[in-house]
Amino acid sequence: MNPKKLISSIAAAALKYVSLLLAVFAALYPLLSIVVTAFKSPEEYASTNVMTLPASWLYFDNFIQAWTKAKMGLAFFNSGIILLFVLAGSIMLSSMTAYALNRFSFFANQIVRNLFLFASLIPGVAMQVTVYQIMYSLHLINSLHGYIILLLGTDVISIYIFLQFFETLPKSLDESAIIDGSTYFGVFFKILFPLLQPAVVTCMILKGVATYNEYYMANMYLQDKNRFPVVATSLYTFTGPLGNQYNFICAGVIITIIPALIIFVAGQKQIYAGLANGAVKG
Amino acid sequence: MDEHRVKRRRAFRQRLVSQRSQQLFTVFVFLLIPLTLLGVFTYFPFAKMAQFSLYDMRYIGKRTFVGLRNYLDIFTREELFRTLRLSFYYLAASFVQLALALFFASVLSFKVRAAGIFKGIIFFPFLVSGIAIGFIFKFFFTRGFVLDTLLIFMGFEQSQLPYWLRDSQVNNIMLAATSVWRYMGQNMVLFIGAIMSVDPQLYESAEMDGANTWRKFLNIILPSIQTIIVLNMILSITGSISAFEPPYVITNGTFGTGTYFVVMNSMAHEKQKVGLAAAMAIVLMAIIVLVTAIQKIIVKVFFEEDKNGMIFSERRAMKKRLAKKRKEASA
Repeated sequence: MNPKKLISSIAAAALKYVSLLLAVFAALYPLLSIVVTAFKSPEEYASTNVMTLPASWLYFDNFIQAWTKAKMGLAFFNSGIILLFVLAGSIMLSSMTAYALNRFSFFANQIVRNLFLFASLIPGVAMQVTVYQIMYSLHLINSLHGYIILLLGTDVISIYIFLQFFETLPKSLDESAIIDGSTYFGVFFKILFPLLQPAVVTCMILKGVATYNEYYMANMYLQDKNRFPVVATSLYTFTGPLGNQYNFICAGVIITIIPALIIFVAGQKQIYAGLANGAVKG
Repeated sequence: MDEHRVKRRRAFRQRLVSQRSQQLFTVFVFLLIPLTLLGVFTYFPFAKMAQFSLYDMRYIGKRTFVGLRNYLDIFTREELFRTLRLSFYYLAASFVQLALALFFASVLSFKVRAAGIFKGIIFFPFLVSGIAIGFIFKFFFTRGFVLDTLLIFMGFEQSQLPYWLRDSQVNNIMLAATSVWRYMGQNMVLFIGAIMSVDPQLYESAEMDGANTWRKFLNIILPSIQTIIVLNMILSITGSISAFEPPYVITNGTFGTGTYFVVMNSMAHEKQKVGLAAAMAIVLMAIIVLVTAIQKIIVKVFFEEDKNGMIFSERRAMKKRLAKKRKEASA
């Protein structure tokens, strides 16, 4: 290699790694600040700069306080129940919807598709002006099942994921099963549903992240924070007239992030693939 | 003989009919719950909202019909209309975000040590919940705290630094930047996915032709992801008009950071000007539907493959080449 080329390739490599390290720093620096703060005692927090490392990395008092004060045990339990029902419900309902729309021609097929498409364009926050009244008159406020139904009722992305996936499943599968005497229900549940697994994973990831992190509607419809805290809204406990108690908040934030971190490390590949599959095309 | 055939035909037709009715029954059963939910939680509230937008009303109490006055208010009342201008901060931020994502996706698609770790860390902020992000950045921007510590370490004086969330010169820029922090990695992962779907042989043959990194970027990477880039650019228009989370969770719209959506939210739930909030929601939806329609047209014209599997730019290049050849032949 001639010297000129060598220099330019070294420069390119340096640029590459320096830019990547800068990006990593930018991603981690805000998170690092809350880790540092979560391990400081109140006196330490008051007397040192926020980025000064804590005296001891074994000071867990903030985590214990955050866990008990914000009722995080109950919050994780509630979030778990919500996740279970929302994921199961949304996978069933959206795969069935996609099956009906993809496999059968009927007079309103295109109309139904357009109804879902239009619904997907409406930002959820905009709808809450009147959805609140409906939730109120259906007695669905302050109940986990009400919140679950609402999350299921506004789920359009999953339908699109399944619709896209059904395009790739050949219709000959259905036809041969019908000739063998299967019903359409049988075709869906026994033959097609097991084949939907990649779409189910995508849907679980996208819907799972969105549900676990949802706080706007949770705050609005699960108002009784003593009975129905969820993980995302449990952090609100530490704001209030006394000002922000950052030691507890930082510990609480870390507690809420840990499950996401574990799932991410365990299922990185599926998450990336799920995102790529879920990207709305056209 | 003949009778036999008629019987068979009738049986066949009956089976067809029963199959068709079975199909319709299946469709009915499978769509019953989803369509009910869609009606109850989307279209009924939407209709109600259209109705409310014509009234001066609170949730409870007397309603006065005011016609289109709420809509006029949105466009004539300065404090409402100016909120739409904040969208430009978020639009600019989302273009920065796309550029960064494109840069890092390209870098990571070449040979890089520990690429998986870099990718994972840059992506991770996407998994942090909105409410946690609110706390993290309230803390981050507090005077003398996280950001100031870094800048003072780099040689600035505390007195030179603004109040990041109060100073209207910088606060909207900072809020939009948090959204870059959150979503850049996700964009990057999508781009890497699109780049990886390119046939690796293309890279090998480019390598053999002695193409440098820049050439490879221009000729292989960019064409493979141009569709997804354009889609994201258009999506960022609707995204920035409906920007909500950063100001909602970090500043709650104070100090001039209230975007259109944040103001609509407080009109609806704090000030209880339900009619005005409903009109604001409807106007926003109209804008979004319009932009989406334009997006569909652009995608159809420029990025849909024709029967030869070519998109707009390829067809044009082909035409040029043909014209050139014809010229050469005639000369």
